[in-house]
Amino acid sequence: MTAVDERTTGETPQLEVGAARHRKEDQRLITGRTRWTDNMSLPGMLHMAMVRSPFAHARISSVDVDEAKRSPGVVAVITGSDLADVQGTLPNVWTITPEQKTPAHPSIAVDTVRFAGEIVACVVARTPAAARDAVELVDVDYDELPVVLDTVEALKDETLIHPDIGTNQSAHLVMDHQTESSVGDVDAVIEAARTDGIVFERRYEQQRLIPSFMEPRSMICDPTGEQTVLWSSTQIPHILRVLLAMSLGIPESKLRVIAPDVGGGFGGKLQVTPEEFITVLVARRLGKPCKYTETRSESLMAAHHGRAQHQKITLAARKDGTVTGLKAELIADMGAYLSLLGGGTPKLGAFMFNGIYKFDAYRFDLRTVFTNTAWTDAYRGAGRPEATFAIERIMDDFAHELGMDPLELRAKNWITHEEFPFTSVAGLEYDSGNYEAATAKAKELFGYDELRREQERRRADNDQVQLGIGVSTFTEMCGLAPSRTLGALAYAAGGWEHASIRMLPTGTVEVVTGVTPHGQGHETAWSQIVADRLGVPFENVEVLHGDTQIAHKGLDTYGSRSLVVGGIAVVKAVEKVIEKATVVAAHMLEASPGDIEFAEGRFSVRGTDQSKTLAEVAWAAFDAHDLPDGVEPSLDADAAFDPDTFSYPHGTHLCAVDVDTETGEVTIAKYVCVDDIGKVINPMIVEGQVHGGLVQGISQALFEEAVYDESGTLVTGSFVDYLVPSAPDLPHLTTDRTETPATTNELGVKGVGEAGTIASTPAVVNAVVDALRPWGVDDVPMPCSPHRVWQAVQGRSVGERTVTQPVNPETMQTDGSSGQLPTGDATGGDDR
Amino acid sequence: MIPTEFDYHAPESVDEALRLLAGAGDEAKLLAGGQSLLPVMRLRMAAPEVVIDLGRIEALRGVRDDGESIVIGAMTPHFEVVESALVHEHALVLSEAAATVADPQVRHRGTFGGALAHADPAGDMPAPVLALGGELVIQGPGGQRTVAAADFFEDYFTTALGEDEILTEIRIPKHTGWGGHYEKFTRVAQQWSIVAVAAAVRAEGGSITEARVALTNMGSVPIRATAVEQALAGTPADADSVRAAVAAVAEGTSPPSDINGDADYRRHLAAVLTRRAVLAASGA
Repeated sequence: MTAVDERTTGETPQLEVGAARHRKEDQRLITGRTRWTDNMSLPGMLHMAMVRSPFAHARISSVDVDEAKRSPGVVAVITGSDLADVQGTLPNVWTITPEQKTPAHPSIAVDTVRFAGEIVACVVARTPAAARDAVELVDVDYDELPVVLDTVEALKDETLIHPDIGTNQSAHLVMDHQTESSVGDVDAVIEAARTDGIVFERRYEQQRLIPSFMEPRSMICDPTGEQTVLWSSTQIPHILRVLLAMSLGIPESKLRVIAPDVGGGFGGKLQVTPEEFITVLVARRLGKPCKYTETRSESLMAAHHGRAQHQKITLAARKDGTVTGLKAELIADMGAYLSLLGGGTPKLGAFMFNGIYKFDAYRFDLRTVFTNTAWTDAYRGAGRPEATFAIERIMDDFAHELGMDPLELRAKNWITHEEFPFTSVAGLEYDSGNYEAATAKAKELFGYDELRREQERRRADNDQVQLGIGVSTFTEMCGLAPSRTLGALAYAAGGWEHASIRMLPTGTVEVVTGVTPHGQGHETAWSQIVADRLGVPFENVEVLHGDTQIAHKGLDTYGSRSLVVGGIAVVKAVEKVIEKATVVAAHMLEASPGDIEFAEGRFSVRGTDQSKTLAEVAWAAFDAHDLPDGVEPSLDADAAFDPDTFSYPHGTHLCAVDVDTETGEVTIAKYVCVDDIGKVINPMIVEGQVHGGLVQGISQALFEEAVYDESGTLVTGSFVDYLVPSAPDLPHLTTDRTETPATTNELGVKGVGEAGTIASTPAVVNAVVDALRPWGVDDVPMPCSPHRVWQAVQGRSVGERTVTQPVNPETMQTDGSSGQLPTGDATGGDDR
Repeated sequence: MIPTEFDYHAPESVDEALRLLAGAGDEAKLLAGGQSLLPVMRLRMAAPEVVIDLGRIEALRGVRDDGESIVIGAMTPHFEVVESALVHEHALVLSEAAATVADPQVRHRGTFGGALAHADPAGDMPAPVLALGGELVIQGPGGQRTVAAADFFEDYFTTALGEDEILTEIRIPKHTGWGGHYEKFTRVAQQWSIVAVAAAVRAEGGSITEARVALTNMGSVPIRATAVEQALAGTPADADSVRAAVAAVAEGTSPPSDINGDADYRRHLAAVLTRRAVLAASGA
């Protein structure tokens, strides 16, 4: 008996991998047919609303809930005191130095609030409206405390965010990297360059961003069964389950976490949240299902933010432009508490400030600091966009100082394609790449030389609209991550991934994946991989995920890891299925397993016309009437895959901007990127990832910034003020690829989820600065708003300037205003 | 995003709406397209006990020719203003300004009268109405009165409209044959104006004979730039002449400073945008 199609042999198989398949999940996602968490309703379900602090720093002197409790429909009002004994602390899983200070992080503030938006009480009611009404009746008395909003100010330790730890500095991490051929440490290299070379120093500012996922966070906890079930709009159901168990003392076996379809995350849902803890604790206390869905205002205020970093970069070079060393000194804003990854996010940058370049000495110096602001964590790229921005900005600035074309300077310093595999100064082994090929293709698509001529013309004509050209040649480390490496970096968990293949009796297939998607298209890509490898139709593959009862093992989706780690686990599981099925097929065909070949869904005896389809074998394993002795009646297989190394996509991004020097308005005239992400499973999904990634990176350059006023109130508290661009605000994006397969995995693939975001920001800012070079402008702080660009043209730039004194974080200011072109050390190359 | 509880009424005539309004006193809010009122109610920045929805009053919707003027019903959605041939022919700057309001969804729900009664200083409808010398027709318990646009806008979100009154229609004197342009400056498309300039220009033989100019978001109310209008009369419609004529357009204004720009920048923008608006309106 067989219930599957019989593919005719002899024809060239139509491969699924490489086909621009429409995503199978899209119909339910974009027609609203799926059920997002907030669409779900359980019998007897109660609704929660949060009372949040309007103050950024205050002692809670009293919380009066009596009137709220009497409000119609209210079931309970829970305060920090009510949960003080059971709420434990929200987890931080990355102790970036042994001395790191990790203050307690209660889900509901008990005696002190440390940022505006922190939860002080939770109202539970029979309807969402009743809960919301009663929020206004909770009377909290606050004694305001002094507010510290900037990290440099916070480092003075005049006002302590967490007095119990005695300082606002969480950690100071120094990583010194040298190649084997290094002539000395970075300070020696810099000193040498001061006497006989060039030292170039810059400060850049990574503004605070808000991840702005489309679906606000939502969660339901049902405590009524044997297992407490939590549905959450999260990127990390598996990690959440482990940490709920560890933090709240609930046996892990009594917890089931489900991430249903999730409407975006961008790292913003790579978090274990106070709201999730409160929902679980309250539901278990009341014995009823409870739901909480945040408003957009709450999301902007209290879901974690990203970036927020002061950077000081010192680059040493020979006079001919050969870079010899780099020092990156960072002060990263943690906000009021250490989040799940905390200082781990900026720490990821430690391996990327050197970018695609070869040099021998490098030091990474990071201070993580508390302020009275929303806590920060991963946002698309997480540490790598910040690093890429710094190195690509300084390379453009440096090229300008040398009077060299910025692409020429890069080519002088980058790793050439013959040199792979290449161990970078930060100690990573880049497996493959071809920066020359990607750059050549990008230059041609961009019309680089013609645009340079056009730029010259406009400069000569003193055109009101100047043209700027910006370059970003990036690589990044993704595919998080080899477990051993994570262990060496003091991260609490591993970076493996799990998959199962379930061969159903009728020949269709269920694929269980541990990488829980939140919009990426795993169901389609995994189906394509499995369809080719098992020779079954794409439509006959079902991909299951996100429910710890179904996908019981996994480490979820972030860090562009799904395909390069989770996809390989799928491949490994498929291989095991074929191995098991070969034994059964050999028995059915009365042949030795060694004589069986498997291709296009069919097991054949080599050199004969005898064969069995996979579906026939699956049925034989199901009915189990005649299996070889000792063979289990199942073709199903599990695989867990731990990569040996990271994944290193790269690419060349070129941006041309028109800058209206009269208004400061920046318009992207042309954007070309050529990315190399190795082999491609589905080019349409890749295109979507690149477009979305580019837009978020462009948006950091031009539009987005979370702004607090002096009292610590978020000014950009709605999308009226937190500017997220839409289609009319963005250019046509020309995207293309080169293909240098990864040598570290069987599919030859590299991660793509974050590449666009990592690469595009410096390309855009470099272009804006390039347009304004004739005015002596060497930086425009992000976002490059019309107002800031206009100020730069007026000679009132607020950008950071070249400095030559040794770095002391206490002296790092954010409001340099000299308005002078850099001079001195940064000039004097022989090749000018 | 749940508003406080309120009573909802949807009258089908202006008289009925006025009676409901009189009955509810200062606890009532009139709902036009809801593009401003509903968000502030959902954010609980407004908590009216009674909401009177004017959406079913057909008489308040549409554009008609009334001889010397065109008359636009207060409940006419922005997209109908954009698409109206009458507005395009006789009040081009208004047509252009309406086309820049927010995004297509808002233009289909939001109304012309609602935007004027809301009187957001960064809103796009007040300045062109002011520039063209529009009149706002108001119904109240005591009957009908007409207020010139120059007298209608009193302060931030504050107009001459009484609590018991309804804005019913707007009369715009015909500016047939005049050019018009609304120069709006924003960072992203759906944003409120950082600064915008409404210009209507009558030009003959390369010279400006008459100009009407009003500014958006340069103060608490839209500002008519009468001195600039006078300076423009008789000026050649070329960049340098117009630049000189409009240079002082921001004099005496008190624009806001916020994350999109400080007051100095807005004053600078006002001059640049006025020049661009006037040149575009004069077909130069």
